[in-house]
Amino acid sequence: MSSSTTLKNPVITKWDGGERPMKATYGKLMMWFFLVSDAFTFASLLIAYGVVRYMHPAYEGPYSAFEFATSSENFYWPIPEKVFNAFPGLHGVDAPLMFVGLMTFILILSSVTMVLAVEAGERKSKAEVEKWMLWTIVGGITFLACQAWEWSHFIHGTDEGVIRDGVQIFGANLRENQYGPQLFASFFFFITGFHGIHVTSGVIINIVIFYNVVMGTYEERGTYEMIEKGGLYWHFVDLVWVFVFTFFYLV
Amino acid sequence: MAHFDASMTPEQIKAAKMKTVVKVTAILAIVTIIEFIFAFAWPDGASRTPLNIIFVALTLVKAGYIIWEFMHLGHETKLLKFVILFPLLFLVWLLVALFDEGGAVVTAIQNW
Repeated sequence: MSSSTTLKNPVITKWDGGERPMKATYGKLMMWFFLVSDAFTFASLLIAYGVVRYMHPAYEGPYSAFEFATSSENFYWPIPEKVFNAFPGLHGVDAPLMFVGLMTFILILSSVTMVLAVEAGERKSKAEVEKWMLWTIVGGITFLACQAWEWSHFIHGTDEGVIRDGVQIFGANLRENQYGPQLFASFFFFITGFHGIHVTSGVIINIVIFYNVVMGTYEERGTYEMIEKGGLYWHFVDLVWVFVFTFFYLV
Repeated sequence: MAHFDASMTPEQIKAAKMKTVVKVTAILAIVTIIEFIFAFAWPDGASRTPLNIIFVALTLVKAGYIIWEFMHLGHETKLLKFVILFPLLFLVWLLVALFDEGGAVVTAIQNW
């Protein structure tokens, strides 16, 4: 009696486990997917802003003669560079978009120091990672402080305010808005606020990572990959600001 | 980040990476400055449509550099690039759909 069995070698693809088809770790992939979903949220907000602005009358006339709408009969959308034209320490000086430009620059710089932290992490150079993480945290906190100042100025308004339909209005809140239609203020609070919340959580994440670096957690783990994941999130926050800067402040 | 291979020493790899970081930082700064120049040099009363197209184009340049180099997507596998970038195409549709809807709402309000 003879028995023979032929075993067919099963075909194993890279999707059958034991391999990383995308050559990225689980944590990094999940961070990317989260960022895609977050990109959808921010894009929806900015597109909604665009649609609402499109639904309001636009200011017609030369930019140099612009003033905030004084009648709800012709309630046009304000020109952002005429709204965001204040700079700390320069009271009454017209400095259009200068402060926002500075904030953009601070955020880009903190993104650069994050890249340097990731690079140092790949070489497992603990001291350098500590240095660059700390600079990134400082950049993030500086940005948040700038945003707090900007919000404060936006809420309190200009010295003269504006007289609209016979009522004098200073600054903006969720009920009245010196600068134009109410929705302009609401979108300002919501979009920059939502971005600010992201920066805040990014700073917290960076502080946790910094603490772990100092405590030697990643040294023990043998990999500084957590810096890369935190870095992805931090760059994304910077990326969103690039879009907010264009669509809220420039256009 | 930069182009490097196993034959390079750690110092060379570091130098190559630093070169990319400096280059991308310079590009981001210069593009932002160009945006400012355009915003203030644009003639009073002229149509803003070309200006806005320039702004959007420059923004996409900046976003591309951040995603490709800082977030390292340019050096990931083809599949990962596709998985991340393809879903973003739906945003184009969202843009078209919402603006069309917004226009219809405006017309409806005006013809009330």
